[in-house]
Amino acid sequence: MRFGTLVNITKEDVLEALQDVKDPEIPTISVVDLGIIRNVEVGERIIKITMTPTFSGCPALKIMENMVKEKITELTALDVEVTTNFDTQWNTNMITEKGLEGLKKHGLAPPLRHEGLVQIDMITHAECPLCGSTNTVIKSPFGPTLCRSLHYCNDCLNAFEQFKPVE
Amino acid sequence: MQYNETELKAVKEFLYKIADDQLIIGHRNSEWTGLGPLVEEDIAFSSIAQDKIGQAQHIYEILHTLGEADADTIAFTRNAADFKSCHLVEYPIGEYDFSLMRNFLFNHAEKIRFEMLADTSLEQLAKLAKKYRGEIKYHTMHSDTWITQLGRANEESHARMQTALNETFNLALGIFEESEFAGNLKELNIFEGESALQNRWLEAITPLLEKASLVIPERSAWQPVYGGRKGYHTEYLEPMLEEMGEVFRLDPKAEW
Repeated sequence: MRFGTLVNITKEDVLEALQDVKDPEIPTISVVDLGIIRNVEVGERIIKITMTPTFSGCPALKIMENMVKEKITELTALDVEVTTNFDTQWNTNMITEKGLEGLKKHGLAPPLRHEGLVQIDMITHAECPLCGSTNTVIKSPFGPTLCRSLHYCNDCLNAFEQFKPVE
Repeated sequence: MQYNETELKAVKEFLYKIADDQLIIGHRNSEWTGLGPLVEEDIAFSSIAQDKIGQAQHIYEILHTLGEADADTIAFTRNAADFKSCHLVEYPIGEYDFSLMRNFLFNHAEKIRFEMLADTSLEQLAKLAKKYRGEIKYHTMHSDTWITQLGRANEESHARMQTALNETFNLALGIFEESEFAGNLKELNIFEGESALQNRWLEAITPLLEKASLVIPERSAWQPVYGGRKGYHTEYLEPMLEEMGEVFRLDPKAEW
C-alpha cells in the first residue's frame, strides 16, 4: 500500500475518493451512493468515517470497511478510523439517484422510493430492467444476496432481480 | 445508563433470550440450505438464517458492552444450560410444513417484539429494533404467503399445515414465558412484558390463520411449553450446540 501525503484534506475529498469504492457484489454503485457512509469527520490527526450496514447480516460489510480504510489511507498521512454503528438505520431511500442508475446498469430493478413504510405492492411489483415492462411477478422476496429479490417478466420472459426496498 | 446488580441481570437475561432464539432458529433454518423443496425456498431459508444470525450477533455485541464475553465466544462456547432459547426454536427441522409453521409463529412474535422495542430505554437495542423491523417484514411476508397457499391448496397440504400448527402452537406459547425480572424491565422502561406481546401476537396471527383456513387449538387445550428461558432445554439443543461450535473450538484464535 502506498501512503499519501494530503494533510489539508476535506470531507468532500474523502467523499469524492470513496466514489471509487464499490459494493463488492454490485460494481456499478459506490459505497457513497449506496448510502452506507453516514458520517465523515476530518480532524487534525485523524479522519473518522462512520458506516451503517444495509442488512444486519451482510457479509460484505467488513470487506467494505477495509476497502474504505485502505482507499483513504492511500490519500492522506492522517490516521483513518472506520467504524460501523446503527445510529442511523439504513433504508433504500438513502440510495442516491446516481446510485439507482448504477443498480439499473448492473441489470437490477431499483427499489421504489417509499414514505418510511414499505408497502407490499412495492415488493411484489418490480419494473423489468431488461424490457421496462411492469407485467412482472415476484418469485421470492429473497435472492442471491440479502438485498435482492427474485422476479419474472411475463412480457420478455426473463427472470430478473430487484434491489428490494427496505424501510 | 447505569444499572444496579439486579437490573443488570434483568437486562442481560432479556438480551440473551432474544438473541439465543435468533441464533438457534437461524441455525435450524440454515439446515435447509441445499435441501429446500424448491430452489427459491432453499434461498429463502438460507437468507432468513443469515438475517437472524446477523441480528443475534449484534445483540451479543450489546451484551459484550455490558461485560459479557465477545459474540463468538457467547455463541459457540456456552453450555446448553446457559442458553435462554425457547423450545420451539430448538426442535429439528422436521418436514417442511413444520419448519414453515414454526417460522410463521416465531417471525410474528419477533416482529411485534421489535416493534415494542423501538422505543425501549435501552438505546442500543432501540436502534437495532428499528433496523430489524424492516428485515423481519420480509420474513413474515415469506411465511404468510406459504401458510395461506398451502393452507388452502388441497386436502393433503391443508391437513399437513393444520397438523404442523397443532404440533407447534404450545411450543410457540413458550416464547412468552414470563421472566422473574419482568417488573424490573417494565420499571426501567425496557419492555412492557411477555403477556402484552402474546396478546398482540394472537391478534396478528388469528386473521392470517383464518385466511389460510387453519384453526388455532381450543384455548382449553393450550399448554405452554416453558422452561427454555430458565435453562431447561429439549434433548435437541445440546447436540446442536456441539455441531455449531465445532469449527470455532478447533481453533478459537483463528483469524477469518
